Amino acid sequence: MSTETLEQPIVKEPSEPLLSKRRKKFITDPLNDDNPITIQVLGICSALAVTVKMQPTLVMSIAVVFVIVFSNLIISMMRNIIPGRIRIIVQLAIVATLVTLVSEFLKAYLFDMYKVLGAFVGLIITNCIVMGRLEAFAMANKAYDSVLDGLGSGFGYAWIILTVAFFRELFGSGSVFDFPVYGTIENLTGFAIPTNGLMVDSIGAFMVLGIIIWIQRTKNGYVEH
Amino acid sequence: MQRSNLYIIIFSAVLTIILGGLLSGTSVVLKPLQDKQVELDTKKKILGAVMDISDIKDSKEILALYKERVTSTVVDINGEPMEKDAKGNPLVAEKIDFGKNHKKDPQTRPYPVFMFMKEGTEEVDSYILPMFGAGLWDWISGFVALDSDLNTVRGVAFDHKSETPGLGARITTSVIQSRYVGKKIFDEQGNIASVSMVKGEKGEPLDDHHVDGMSGATLTGKGVNAMLKQYLTFYAAYIEKVQSGDKAQAVAAPVEEAAVTEEQNI
Repeated sequence: MSTETLEQPIVKEPSEPLLSKRRKKFITDPLNDDNPITIQVLGICSALAVTVKMQPTLVMSIAVVFVIVFSNLIISMMRNIIPGRIRIIVQLAIVATLVTLVSEFLKAYLFDMYKVLGAFVGLIITNCIVMGRLEAFAMANKAYDSVLDGLGSGFGYAWIILTVAFFRELFGSGSVFDFPVYGTIENLTGFAIPTNGLMVDSIGAFMVLGIIIWIQRTKNGYVEH
Repeated sequence: MQRSNLYIIIFSAVLTIILGGLLSGTSVVLKPLQDKQVELDTKKKILGAVMDISDIKDSKEILALYKERVTSTVVDINGEPMEKDAKGNPLVAEKIDFGKNHKKDPQTRPYPVFMFMKEGTEEVDSYILPMFGAGLWDWISGFVALDSDLNTVRGVAFDHKSETPGLGARITTSVIQSRYVGKKIFDEQGNIASVSMVKGEKGEPLDDHHVDGMSGATLTGKGVNAMLKQYLTFYAAYIEKVQSGDKAQAVAAPVEEAAVTEEQNI
């Protein structure tokens, strides 16, 4: 990317760099300071439900990133022709279409994942992050910016649920990506670590998520008003 | 900005047509692939009820194994072989949609039976009976594999549409399914007693007709119990026929064995 040359304008009206400071913020903000899950407290439902194991969580993350990015892009491109009075329905229709597409592709190519995630993929429609970004950002911004915003929010969501899933799978099932960590330790040292059943339940997700929020807010000094 | 009503109506119509076309197009294109996946999944479940196939990753191997070891037949409620459906089309056990089948009258329903053969012989190693019922939120289904005595449970494979992950959805895990292994479906009087899941999860050993429950998923457990009981009753005529029929000798031995183990328990 030729960001360097673009920053020193040769033409009269320089176009904004592909990744200007302002645009970088679209991606970096939701990762930490304005994280959709830990700060905006959106999308909690799926963060609790799908995070028992890493693998379905990863598939869910990819699905959500896909849906956010493309719905942001489509809505942003259509923003000037969408009638204001039915904009929410139009957003819903677009999101629902994308979600159904994801679901159909999973069913055709990753059937086992489809069985695990089937119900939740459908529920991406109700994931507040998606609708939230459409209404708050894509309806008022250009397509490229909206894609960046979608990537930011999507990854912000993804890293949190992947972290939660990592600890839940490690402590709850003694494995990571189905690799038996506890089993290997037992084989090497002869010391069997018991798994924690609480982590397999949604309660475990609440606890891990709570600890992540705690650490994050202590570090960032974020206080809710 | 305000737009005229006409604009809104046209906009909605066009959007609906575009999105609808996109979705139906995708559905049509992906349908054959999805059907193959469903078929593979069914065969995996049938095999999974009798043996551990978690090590076999290649779908071709599973299909080959299925072809080599599994034969199937279709019987009616009286245990008589059924070759044609109501419209006169030939019945194939693998092609029967258990969900649709479940909606028919139990008296006229075709009942598929899958038989897992001993390697390289004509002898049946295990009978696998497909089942269908209602869970808490949506359908549940199961394949129950019985030993050749048609009494001892060899293994089960349950599936569901939308039971809660971590609660009711646990019926698909090996932890829950392994609890059914070795249980008996007939009581001492020779009546169908089925195997029921109890309420609560205590981890205590239970008798031949009960398995430990799932904490937080009692209603799914009840659905599983009802499904097992109902379908074992539907298959009762067939089971009796096989037990008393040409395989009488093969049946006699395991019954004695069962009696011996019971004495040992006392």
